[in-house]
Amino acid sequence: MAGERRVVITGIGVTAPGGIGTKAFWELLTAGRTATRTITLFDASGFRSRVAAECDFDPAAEGLSPQEIRRMDRAAQFGVVCAREALAGSGLEEGDVAPERIGVSIGSAVGCTTGLEEEYVVLSDGGRRWLVDPAYAARHLYGYMVPSTMACEVAWAAGAEGPVSLISTGCTAGLDAVGNGCQLIWTGRADVVIAGATDAPLSPITAACFDAIKATSPNNDDPAHASRPFDAHRDGFVLGEGAAVFVLEEREAARRRGAHVYAEIAGFANRSNAYHMTGLKPDGREMAEAIRQAMWWGRLDPADIDYVNAHGSGTRQNDRHETAAFKRALGRRAYEVPVSSIKSMVGHSLGAIGSIEVAACALAIEHQVVPPTANLHNRDPECDLDYVPLTAREHPIDSVLSVGSGFGGFQTAMVIRRDRAA
Amino acid sequence: MTRRAVITGIGVAAPNGLGAEAYWAATLEGRSGIGPITRFDPAGYPFRVAGEIGDFAAAQHVPSRLIPQTDNWTHLGLTSAALALEDAGADPAAFPEYEMAVVTASSSGGTEFGQREIERLWSKGPSWVGAYQSIAWFYAATTGQISIRHGMRGPCGVVCAEQAGALDAVGQARQLIRSGTALVVTGGTDASLCPYGLTAQHSNGRLSESDDPERAYLPFGVGAAGYVPGEGGAMLVTEDADDARARSAPVVYGEIAGYAATFDPRPGSGREPGLRRAMELALADAGMSAGEVDVVFADAAGVPELDLSEAAAINALFGSRGVPVTAPKTMTGRLYAGGAALDLACALLCMRDGVIPPTTGVTELAPGCDLDLVRGAAREARVRAAMVAARGYGGFNAAVIVTKTDQRRSRWHRSPRSPSTT
Amino acid sequence: MAQITSFTVDDLKETMRTCAGVNEAVNFDDDIADVTFEDLGYDSLAVLEMAAKLQNHLGVVIPDDAAEQLPTPRALAEYVNVRLAG
Repeated sequence: MAGERRVVITGIGVTAPGGIGTKAFWELLTAGRTATRTITLFDASGFRSRVAAECDFDPAAEGLSPQEIRRMDRAAQFGVVCAREALAGSGLEEGDVAPERIGVSIGSAVGCTTGLEEEYVVLSDGGRRWLVDPAYAARHLYGYMVPSTMACEVAWAAGAEGPVSLISTGCTAGLDAVGNGCQLIWTGRADVVIAGATDAPLSPITAACFDAIKATSPNNDDPAHASRPFDAHRDGFVLGEGAAVFVLEEREAARRRGAHVYAEIAGFANRSNAYHMTGLKPDGREMAEAIRQAMWWGRLDPADIDYVNAHGSGTRQNDRHETAAFKRALGRRAYEVPVSSIKSMVGHSLGAIGSIEVAACALAIEHQVVPPTANLHNRDPECDLDYVPLTAREHPIDSVLSVGSGFGGFQTAMVIRRDRAA
Repeated sequence: MTRRAVITGIGVAAPNGLGAEAYWAATLEGRSGIGPITRFDPAGYPFRVAGEIGDFAAAQHVPSRLIPQTDNWTHLGLTSAALALEDAGADPAAFPEYEMAVVTASSSGGTEFGQREIERLWSKGPSWVGAYQSIAWFYAATTGQISIRHGMRGPCGVVCAEQAGALDAVGQARQLIRSGTALVVTGGTDASLCPYGLTAQHSNGRLSESDDPERAYLPFGVGAAGYVPGEGGAMLVTEDADDARARSAPVVYGEIAGYAATFDPRPGSGREPGLRRAMELALADAGMSAGEVDVVFADAAGVPELDLSEAAAINALFGSRGVPVTAPKTMTGRLYAGGAALDLACALLCMRDGVIPPTTGVTELAPGCDLDLVRGAAREARVRAAMVAARGYGGFNAAVIVTKTDQRRSRWHRSPRSPSTT
Repeated sequence: MAQITSFTVDDLKETMRTCAGVNEAVNFDDDIADVTFEDLGYDSLAVLEMAAKLQNHLGVVIPDDAAEQLPTPRALAEYVNVRLAG
């Protein structure tokens, strides 16, 4: 397959609960520290679940101008800050690559909901007027309504004029957007893609909608230990927020310019369960199919996988579903390979988390360390794999599998490996 | 032999017609679906007319169980997807489950559903937010519901790029067909005509404030003062050309011969917007020259400066009055994620019947919009290839070229993983 | 709805219809009181939606795991009825 185009990660930007920036993020993960706490971003006193993983994010301190801060919803702010970090780290300067050859692929599950809800409260007099008052509408309100503006902001930050899109496949959007970014390079439509995902869902309406279906953890008395993937006492996921954005480059071009290469994105596949918008069958069948296809794409066998970054949301059904999927797709290897969920530490930031997890995978390869599953004290008997409880683990890692599962029935898998010539 | 994506089914839900044939008949006659807003009393609002789908009865087209759990935008998506599959004579049960996929565009999600739930939350409290908010509002709801309803377990997707989104969805669908997926339902719908939805749209400064349905939306015309918003869209069934022939598909409307997307330079750069480049790249992608295009379905913003820049792009490529241009969206309003999908449906029907539908309302061209704009009545023409152009708020540009399948030369196509030749 | 003091399966049917629609294969005129919600085509989200509606409008607290504990229209209606009367 001479001449085949390959995609590598040459820049990473992360905004996650527990610390802004890639360095702080990795320190949190390797320390096994949790960033979940009682919600401070809004008054959650009337809610069933009052815990979340919040970012201590000051947009001005992160370099956004007053104009940008006014214009952008919190999720867009995360995205732009991450894009800038990723670009700076990649060493790419404006002008190095023709703008038409730079693409953008940003994922988000709920877009600018936070901004949309805040504006709604103003225009509806606190929810009392169905016929909202247009006189008070902010100029940037439309930018909140169409989430694609978040991709515009990133494109402006990067000076991109190639294909730009916002991918919104719910909670798999973070993996799907990176996968879409790889497609742009694999098929020759772009040479550099700024890809990643962002979500800032810590607003009353998003918290309330997960309250209504009892999906989030009601463990309000012990917020630091509320996110308990694979634990027998898990009782739902903990909402999070954040973003991760990558500089994806065609491998030969990256090598020519001597860029630091974190890892190669070797394969990607997504499937749907066509079963239920929120429910998962315990057999993990469709996720297993996505995993098999992603490995096929990357020409990897189960034996090649050295670490599995799980979706591990901490709901009763998810953890059992994906444990079954790993066994189905990886066979015996599922029992040998370390599997962990960083949602135990940074919560579940919906569409963003898939990209944040890709960042964790790339850093795991870089440092040859597997991040742990925090809060895992009593493993669920139905979840019988090696989930790397509590403590990070040094481990030789060549290839990593990362998976996501989301509302709508979407199941996505990606394989990421150490950069190598063959 | 590389696989070629053809369109074998069309499903339409438009303000001037439900079902492809009803819509097409109305469009050829110049019958508009734009009228005074009836969904709520617009008396206190600066916008008065819209393209509502008045006679659309969800109950007749959407299963009873799905109605309360989905927004009107998804009702329209489910309806047009079912119509498209019926038109294609494609029984999903006859296709392998993982080889059917759904890729839709969404511009603003389930806005009306969301407004209702946010209103309950703020006026009554979190416990009043319903269980379905978690699956009805988010941008992936329509793709998810279509996938579940028809048992489509392949690689599904959701793209947001405002009015350009559906062309990106079609581009993704073509990519899936090329890489082996057997059938993809693709397109888009939108339905954000509730008070908050329209208020947010109005904040972009581009809505027409006219109360005359006939004169409110006059793209490229003297008196153009914004666009009219509408609801609805279209879904298309795409398949590989040989597969469609092998299963004796009742009709092959045309091939997706070319697609490209670009992004505008940063605001304030003073440089030319990216629409012309998108059109050029789509032509190059199709291996065609401008002279082979028989009609252009314009983006037709209805905003003077945007009309001027689109006219300039068209003329740069085709020469002054060098190609018939039309904008039947003057009869539906701009449908956002549904808009370009409906234009594609219209372009395919235009090729089938050899007749170009008119741009209604426009009597006199605005200075600088020196186009062969089909006005007054439909025009008979030999149409072998049509270009659909779309621009999404913030800087998105996309173009798709569809061709009659009988004239397609056999050409070498890129495989999904090999390098670009362009 | 505040004055309601008794709650029947027929009342519940109305709630089911508005909250979750009716499966094509089911006829509400049939005796469905002892058919499980699952067999009536209602998933857990539908049951949560109905439970929330009853809770908000009648003030009856319904357990989180209503789908398991009160699996049929008769069971749910009786649960509500007893608490309304009390």
